[in-house]
Amino acid sequence: MSATTASGFPGHDPYRLGGSHGHGGHGHGHSATGHGEGGQASKLVTVAYGFWIFLLSDIIIFATFFAGYAVLSHETAGGPTGSELFDLNRVGIQTFLLLTSSFTCGLGSLATYRRDMAWTQIWLFATGLLGAAFLFLEVQEFVQMVEEGAGPSRSAFLSAFYAVVGCHGLHVSAGLLWLGTMMAQLFFKGFRPDIERRLLCFNLFWHALDIVWIAVFTIVYLLGANQ
Amino acid sequence: MLGKLDWSAIPFDEPIPLVAALVIVIAGLGVLAWVTVKGFWPYLWREWITSVDHKRIGIMYIILSLLMLIRGFVDAIMMRTQQAMATGGAAGYLPPDHYDQIFSAHGTIMIFFGAMPFVIGLMNFVLPLQLGVRDVAFPTLNSVSFWLTASGALLVNLSLVIGEFARTGWLPFAPLSEIEYSPGVGVDYYLWAIQISGVGTVLSGVNLVTTILKMRAPGMSYLRMPMFCWTALGANMLIVAAFPILTATLAMLTLDRYLGFHFFTNTGGGNPMMFVNLIWAWGHPEVYILILPAFGIFSEVFSTFSSKPLFGYRSMVAATLFIVVVSFTVWLHHFYTMGAGADVNAAFGIATSVIAVGTGVKIYNWLFTMYGGRVRFDTPMLWAIGFVLTFTVGGMTGVLLAIPPADFMLHNSLFLVAHFHNVIIGGVLFGAFAGLTYWFPKAFGFRLHEGWGKTAFWLTLAGFVLVFVPLYILGLQGMTRRLQRVTVEAWVPWLDVAVFGVFVMALGVAAQITQLVVSIRRRHELRDETGDPWDGRSLEWATPSPPPHFNFAVQPHVEGEEAYWDIKQRAIEEQRLGDEPHYEPIEMPRNSPTGVVSAFFATLIGFALIWHIWWLAIVGFIGAYATFVVFAWRDETEYEVSVEEVAEADRARRAARQAWLEAHGQTA
Repeated sequence: MSATTASGFPGHDPYRLGGSHGHGGHGHGHSATGHGEGGQASKLVTVAYGFWIFLLSDIIIFATFFAGYAVLSHETAGGPTGSELFDLNRVGIQTFLLLTSSFTCGLGSLATYRRDMAWTQIWLFATGLLGAAFLFLEVQEFVQMVEEGAGPSRSAFLSAFYAVVGCHGLHVSAGLLWLGTMMAQLFFKGFRPDIERRLLCFNLFWHALDIVWIAVFTIVYLLGANQ
Repeated sequence: MLGKLDWSAIPFDEPIPLVAALVIVIAGLGVLAWVTVKGFWPYLWREWITSVDHKRIGIMYIILSLLMLIRGFVDAIMMRTQQAMATGGAAGYLPPDHYDQIFSAHGTIMIFFGAMPFVIGLMNFVLPLQLGVRDVAFPTLNSVSFWLTASGALLVNLSLVIGEFARTGWLPFAPLSEIEYSPGVGVDYYLWAIQISGVGTVLSGVNLVTTILKMRAPGMSYLRMPMFCWTALGANMLIVAAFPILTATLAMLTLDRYLGFHFFTNTGGGNPMMFVNLIWAWGHPEVYILILPAFGIFSEVFSTFSSKPLFGYRSMVAATLFIVVVSFTVWLHHFYTMGAGADVNAAFGIATSVIAVGTGVKIYNWLFTMYGGRVRFDTPMLWAIGFVLTFTVGGMTGVLLAIPPADFMLHNSLFLVAHFHNVIIGGVLFGAFAGLTYWFPKAFGFRLHEGWGKTAFWLTLAGFVLVFVPLYILGLQGMTRRLQRVTVEAWVPWLDVAVFGVFVMALGVAAQITQLVVSIRRRHELRDETGDPWDGRSLEWATPSPPPHFNFAVQPHVEGEEAYWDIKQRAIEEQRLGDEPHYEPIEMPRNSPTGVVSAFFATLIGFALIWHIWWLAIVGFIGAYATFVVFAWRDETEYEVSVEEVAEADRARRAARQAWLEAHGQTA
């Protein structure tokens, strides 16, 4: 009757699944933790896995905005088109900045594995600078376009453009806030296991934003410039 | 300073919402005063409000849901009586402006704040117990999810007193919901309430998916999970995949309304039909988010009360996952009449008919589970059998509506209204009530009174038939939904029958409340001593009722399907419990006010954005950020439960089991 000492009783098979893994003993069996019969995953795996699931849901938000952009990208309502508005040089620089920031972010996580506080902080700071420069260019682009009369209320195409690019920019901004907070936390608390887990999540987040940017770059800017 | 907010927001000229709001406010203040006088605040704060225990959070979800179900039901009574009174030229008692808010609020509240918290609450309470673990993957996040849901519910109810609610229906179809046609704050209340609670729902989905996939007890492989865990996995995967679509769609509508974007407007190249597509791309999976957990509950109930393992376990798993996938391919059947063309309509019609096959498999599995079993007709089983009958009818009318030519005749008619109430009441709500009765003893240590439970079941079932059979007939006769007054004399008798039915359902509600009161008063005779009141089969029944906050003194090792049934049968066979295990101290997560504090700021943000009080929104954002930083800065995240406490709790459990074994073991 105790839930805890169920050894030696062959598991019955009411669902007729066959081969009920009839190892007596403890059911630890052959699996690693977090898989099959292996029992609970470690905290690190659980946190990272949960964050992946969250990222997937976040990417669906982007997917919805991309769908909206795809539907509305030709609805310029007599206003400017992408080929008239987009400055691919700036977008190229933005792409370079963001991809490089992913690289520095990765270097930061390597430094974390080495428990190297100074280099972790330096690489995180570099990541933040590159991200901020990316954002600066994006804001500059938005401001210029609005001044030219190509704001989001000009046409449905522009609404969708500002929404999908702005959604990514908002994520980068949130990422910068998170990054600054993490750096402060790391400074005050050191390499605690929970802080390392958060750094891992931040890395996942930052790389995911990179992947989304590749889609923004391709679908919005490259295709839009040839409209 | 206060944006659009001034005294005109209070509906002094409309007595009905004003009186209703007054009653709610006075009742609320009364409860708060009572809690204060009795000195319950420290207890509530410590044990409930800041609790990160999945069982407490699950119970709070369900309490929220029950309150909101009553609020939504009051709306339903008002709609039925209005339609019955506003006939033959009479105006009824609800002006169109108010009536439109009521049907919008009814749908919004019932789906987002009645049904959703109910199933999420049950999943929260049951999943870790069934999986043999001590909590969900992210306990504090769980508390945040709950309080954000409560924040959304608060905002919706606030619209009763301050301002107005949407008049656009439960899904604010564009362009009606655009600022041009809905200039008031009603749609804004809808948007921010749903966004805030939607964040809570997504986080809860992430949490439970991770819990199921990564936090099972040793030996609990996927095909050893109880069926409820499978359907919960399906529902939560759908939450993670579908709710972001809702978030993005409502964000687009928000941008249209607040910043002059042109996503769904008639002008500037906007596309209102895109709103309908996007909202139903979330909306149809949402239906399955609600019904899949109910299917899981019924699977548990049929198996337990038939004293048999679930028939066709593996086909049940397959059917669940089939429904998860196909639920994303049927959304267009909500708007065949929009004119996508015959080919598209036909494709979606076929997909819609095909998805019913998965449900059909389940229905047969439940019937075969009962076949040859020793069936016990306790209250949960009554809800389950009532469900099979009503849900089959609802499913059949759904397949009828799936046929595009038929749908062109029935679209937006009361036939449709009857259909989806048929599946949501007969499916989700009956499932939730079955689950409530089934797991209530686990949560509180005593059973619900059977007599009142059965009374409630029969009244609800009879009331349900009396309300919705007339609506089916009215729909076939051509009556459209959402009519504020009725000009066709021939419909009046059926509307009267429906009103009568609604009052029978109200008696059912009264019976449920009575059941709760009577059960609490007689809790000593209804006490569940062993923790296994229904002769259960899965691990939650291995714990005492109510379970200790750490659930399991020693983590169970699962040896086969129906983990607890094995343990129990062995104990009966050997006439003894297993040996006393070796106890060790347990690490449990600390309580945290993060959830309630962040929800407080979320409410501020929502309210500020609804009324354009920009400074308050900024304050809210800063407050929310500060809350998370404070949480992240904690040094002590866990505390240790001593060996003595663990051993004491488990020895009491074993003593109760031993006593049961000596008294009943021989005959069982």
